[in-house]
Amino acid sequence: MGKVQDVAIKVSGVSKAFKLPHEKQSSIKGLFINIFRGRRTYEKQQVLKDISFDIKKGEFFGIVGRNGSGKSTLLKLMAGIYSPDEGRVQVNGKLTPFIELGVGFNPELTGRENVFLNGALLGFNRKEMTEMYDEIVEFAEIEKFMDQKLKNYSSGMQVRLAFSIAIMSKSDVFVFDEVLAVGDEAFQKKSLKIFDEYKARKQTIVLVTHDMETVKRFCTRAILVDDGNIIASGDPHQVSSEYSGLNSAAVGKQMEEANTKKDKKSDVHVKILDAKNKNFFEYGETMTVRVTWNKKLDVRNVGVAIYKANGEYVFGTNTILDKVSLQGNSIDYKIDSLDIGNGVYNFKAGLFGKTDKEVLGYLSKGPDFVVETKTHKWEGVTYIPHSWGT
Amino acid sequence: MFNKIFSKQNKALLSELVRTDFKLRYQGSMLGYAWSLLRPLLLFLILYIVFAQFLRLGRDIEHFPVYLLLGIVLWTFFTDMTNQSLGSIVGRGDLIRKIRIPRWIIVVSSSVSALINLILNMLVVLLFMIINDVDITSRVLLLPFILAQVYVLSLGLSLFLAAAFVRFRDINYIWEVLLQAAFYATPIIYPLSLITNTSFQQIIMLNPMAQAIQDARNVLVTTQTQTIAEVYGSSAMRLVPLTISFLILIVGVWYFRREARMFAENL
Repeated sequence: MGKVQDVAIKVSGVSKAFKLPHEKQSSIKGLFINIFRGRRTYEKQQVLKDISFDIKKGEFFGIVGRNGSGKSTLLKLMAGIYSPDEGRVQVNGKLTPFIELGVGFNPELTGRENVFLNGALLGFNRKEMTEMYDEIVEFAEIEKFMDQKLKNYSSGMQVRLAFSIAIMSKSDVFVFDEVLAVGDEAFQKKSLKIFDEYKARKQTIVLVTHDMETVKRFCTRAILVDDGNIIASGDPHQVSSEYSGLNSAAVGKQMEEANTKKDKKSDVHVKILDAKNKNFFEYGETMTVRVTWNKKLDVRNVGVAIYKANGEYVFGTNTILDKVSLQGNSIDYKIDSLDIGNGVYNFKAGLFGKTDKEVLGYLSKGPDFVVETKTHKWEGVTYIPHSWGT
Repeated sequence: MFNKIFSKQNKALLSELVRTDFKLRYQGSMLGYAWSLLRPLLLFLILYIVFAQFLRLGRDIEHFPVYLLLGIVLWTFFTDMTNQSLGSIVGRGDLIRKIRIPRWIIVVSSSVSALINLILNMLVVLLFMIINDVDITSRVLLLPFILAQVYVLSLGLSLFLAAAFVRFRDINYIWEVLLQAAFYATPIIYPLSLITNTSFQQIIMLNPMAQAIQDARNVLVTTQTQTIAEVYGSSAMRLVPLTISFLILIVGVWYFRREARMFAENL
């Protein structure tokens, strides 16, 4: 066990419940009834149950969990915005939370004024802000606009300014809630570089996110919160694969019904034939997908594409590219080896006439499937055949 | 504890909030800041025409216009500060739910805005005093103490109202009615001598605002003004409204602190 001074945040036995009122009084009658009945009835929702963990100084600490798992509540408790029902949160040093970027930004103030206002709200005095100001403006790349009102900024500029304040400010502990991916690609790269620098100089950071790539890349330790409990903690890689498992379990439940419902209305139907195990596949398995279409269509070309759940295009091909001729109104698309990483995927299919331009039918959301490999031998989007040598 | 309250960060935050409030208050209005002065002056003009000219109130009081103006200025401060503070916590819900700032700073920043307005308005009163040839004596030095008492009372009420409004959104309507009632129950537009029943006079003067306004008029405008000491025939009685003011502050602070930890989730 480390010394007390090494601990940046100590969460001990924290529980938190919210009272959710049953109904809002929307009528005069309801109001009177409630007055006579006394207090409004409410439901108690236990969001966090006896949570304990330590974050040490210099750690890049990840908190992951599905929506509604209680991770944001945990974050707000750590930031001192909520107070716990039971247990306590101790913070060593100054903690600066970024639950949302640009809190208190006012469109009627200039960029410069907003920087100082935002800084003051984050707990920096004017002198500290004056020292940081140039760096912030430079990082945001909006020197020219600082004396214009914020309402004349594009949304991208506003976000960049807010993010720059966050990233340039100095504090003992930073807490970020899903605020990483802002701005265009160049700006994102720049931001990630700053995170690398944070990590290198051992800045204590707590990060709440859904993005497992970020967790794996930056975090030195992580916890997985589900239904108010910590169900996994430690190595970020392990925690993130637990998280993926949790997700696919939930996805699996809904997927089957959704898949059957999905292809009723369209002219194109896509069905996974070997979907024996609720559309769960392992890396390297085979898979056969049948595309059928309305007989009346004069289809000359059938395209199939696989997308990740986040919209990323993984793979696509069509029968003309593969020099396959069509017969009847269906065709089977066979995958010899599913060489893609863990995740949730989705099929799309398109029917074309003589040219690519002539779209006869399109299925934008075909069946979903999950790739989940229990034994981890590699990571990433796809498996690249390789060998090692000297 | 006071070290913590007046830390650099808190001072910086307070000054930023007040500054922002001032920058934004008269955003887009042509006369801008002039409205801070124009508003009580116009109110004064109406009340002066109706009560001093039509109804001939305060004929026996020297410098009655200044006397009336001073009362209105102090009352305006009291209503402005409590009204602005009442909605301040709810109005800044976005901040409270997302960052950690001392909650009381939000209320105090509205109070400072009201205080700055009061100072500007007091300058107008001074101008009127000079125009009206009011004798300015060394008793003016008592004025800061009277204003401090009004501030203590207003701050106590402000903290209480701001915290209560988070839970009970009926408070603003109730407070509006109470303020209206208090306006007439306080000798602002009429001289206290107009009430002939001395027991009523005594009850009215227990109200800290009535006592403070009369005291301010006494030290600033004319010693003719009846103070609580004269109404009761004992200067010790001044301690009663004074104590009420401080008690209200203590209750306000206590209630605000109790509620503040739950603001983020109750909003």
